[in-house]
Amino acid sequence: MKKRARFRWVLAPVAAFHVLILCPGFFAPYDYAEQNRELPFAPPTRLHFVDTLGSWHFRPFVYRWSAREDVFAAYAYQEDRARSYPLRFFVQGARYRIAGIIPSSWHLLGADGEAPVFLFGTDNFGRDQFSRFLYGGRISLLAGLLAALISLTVGGVLGGLSGFYGKWPDSVIMRIAELFLTLPWLYLLFAVRAFLPLAISPQQAFLLLVLVIGSIGWAKPARLVRGLVLSVRERPFVLAARGFGASDIYLLRRHILPEAYSVLLTQAAILVPQFILAEVTLSFLGLGVAEPAPSWGNLLSNLQKVNVLTSYWWMAIPALALIPVFLGYHWLAEGLQAKLGVAPL
Amino acid sequence: MRFLGRRLVHGLFLLVGSSVLSFLLLELAPGDFFEEMRLNPQISPLTVAALRHQYGMDRSLPVRYLLWVRSVMKGELGFSFSYNLPVSGLLLVRARNTLLLTATSALLAWILALALGIWGAVQPGGWGGRMCGGVTSSLLAIPELLMGLALLSLAVRTGWFPSGGLESLGAQELSLWGRLKDVAWHMALPTAALTLAAMPVITRHVRSAMAEALEAPFLRALRGHGIRRSRLILTHALRAASNPLISLLGLSIAGLLSGSLLIEVLLSWPGLGPLLLEAILSRDIYVVIGTVLCSTVFLLAGNFLADLLLYASDPRMRVS
Repeated sequence: MKKRARFRWVLAPVAAFHVLILCPGFFAPYDYAEQNRELPFAPPTRLHFVDTLGSWHFRPFVYRWSAREDVFAAYAYQEDRARSYPLRFFVQGARYRIAGIIPSSWHLLGADGEAPVFLFGTDNFGRDQFSRFLYGGRISLLAGLLAALISLTVGGVLGGLSGFYGKWPDSVIMRIAELFLTLPWLYLLFAVRAFLPLAISPQQAFLLLVLVIGSIGWAKPARLVRGLVLSVRERPFVLAARGFGASDIYLLRRHILPEAYSVLLTQAAILVPQFILAEVTLSFLGLGVAEPAPSWGNLLSNLQKVNVLTSYWWMAIPALALIPVFLGYHWLAEGLQAKLGVAPL
Repeated sequence: MRFLGRRLVHGLFLLVGSSVLSFLLLELAPGDFFEEMRLNPQISPLTVAALRHQYGMDRSLPVRYLLWVRSVMKGELGFSFSYNLPVSGLLLVRARNTLLLTATSALLAWILALALGIWGAVQPGGWGGRMCGGVTSSLLAIPELLMGLALLSLAVRTGWFPSGGLESLGAQELSLWGRLKDVAWHMALPTAALTLAAMPVITRHVRSAMAEALEAPFLRALRGHGIRRSRLILTHALRAASNPLISLLGLSIAGLLSGSLLIEVLLSWPGLGPLLLEAILSRDIYVVIGTVLCSTVFLLAGNFLADLLLYASDPRMRVS
């Protein structure tokens, strides 16, 4: 009972997170490529409740950043307290498309009088890091989800065939799966990436990454599904159905796939974060989605520069914001294992 | 012994398989190292063609594979275009560094995981269980990339640790002990990152294997005989739990190798990782293939070691 209640608590935030990341247009105050050249490396905008006269406001307000007259400090800012800008919800702003189709210009957050609100600060081009984090999440998360879908489909089909028909297809498929499982998978991923073109557009890079990651990860689900099919195939109800003249396809669809469902679902919760991480790693090292399109990987790659790491702490916020994502998926996988009674793997 | 022989043959099969796979992928690849030269107006197309001929890039795929196999037989593993050297020489130094890093991390991770896992299994509801569960699940949620970045920022902000490299400048002049200390100091951060990344999964397996072993009837009997608790756990239960753990040893090496690829690039450790990345970016294909094969060899060696240990520890393996 306790486990089940906890599972619901995990599922809700993970689902909420996906909504947040998958419709970045509304939640992000700005477009991911919008530059503020006069505000490079601006710290996160502070939300104030108490004004300069000491009186309390229920609606938080912000000040503009202004460059400080300081020759020695590069990009030093101070708040311009002369005028305050109250924070507003549901404001008009940059145009975007919901799910790539419906045009809209409503945003969740904004301030009066066009004062910028940078929740995570800005990068070297003065682009809002928070907006880039959300838009980057769309690419990284979708890459993980689609790659997992490919892996599970390929793995499910090959594992199913292998377990169902046995004999030589089984041994051929399993030998290849073993090859994929034995090689250290990041090396394999890099090797496959090495043989593909380097300079490509973000859209091509996205598709390429999804295909590469998805086609490398099929071996483990295939092995699991094969083992499952092998045991289900000999169960009395399947033998009975076969005795009544059920075709192979009917057996697979009606009796065997439903059994594989829980294994595939649990595998999905394990594979998605792993594949997100694969995309993040490749983009981080410059082998994936490239600027100006944001992805979690190329957001983090800013941190490879020592001056960014030492001087601009807010550039590390996206890295910290990734931890809840992975923690959520981790708990989700554990919850699914407990709920569906799949052995932890 | 026949079992071990079969594993060796299997390993060789895997190596050949992965090299064929690499060459097949190579055929799909658009462009090569010399493609970049065509963009340079200073180099005539004739020179490029001559270079391609010199390196055998104009031959067909099977011929190139056989040429490469011949070069493997000679112990060269192909030729690096950008270094203008045989690949094996390049790999040797880098592989030694990677091996140093992964072996140390594996050792540390296993020591920590055994301690924590046994503690967790002995007191499932108490402090041990709570510590074990808390530490593993929080570490599991932090990917290696973030761990590496955190350690890198520690290094550059405090200056307590070097932010990269294998040795300090002028380490050659130090005494042997001084050099060892210097290398250990440089290794501290990458080793810490890899150890923390590899530990949680191992800990979980140790804990579940130990919990299972502690439930076994023979252990209850031993307890009835009045054998000391520490001896009961460390000798009898651990021995009973060792079979799945030794199999895990081989698998954990695969995880560590993958992890070290990234950590080495991040923390500038001169191992296989930076070499592979560099080779990918400059399309130095034989270096890529050599690096991947090298990692496979490490992995197979790790698995073989695990098999040997299994053979030594589990009498059932010796009978069948």
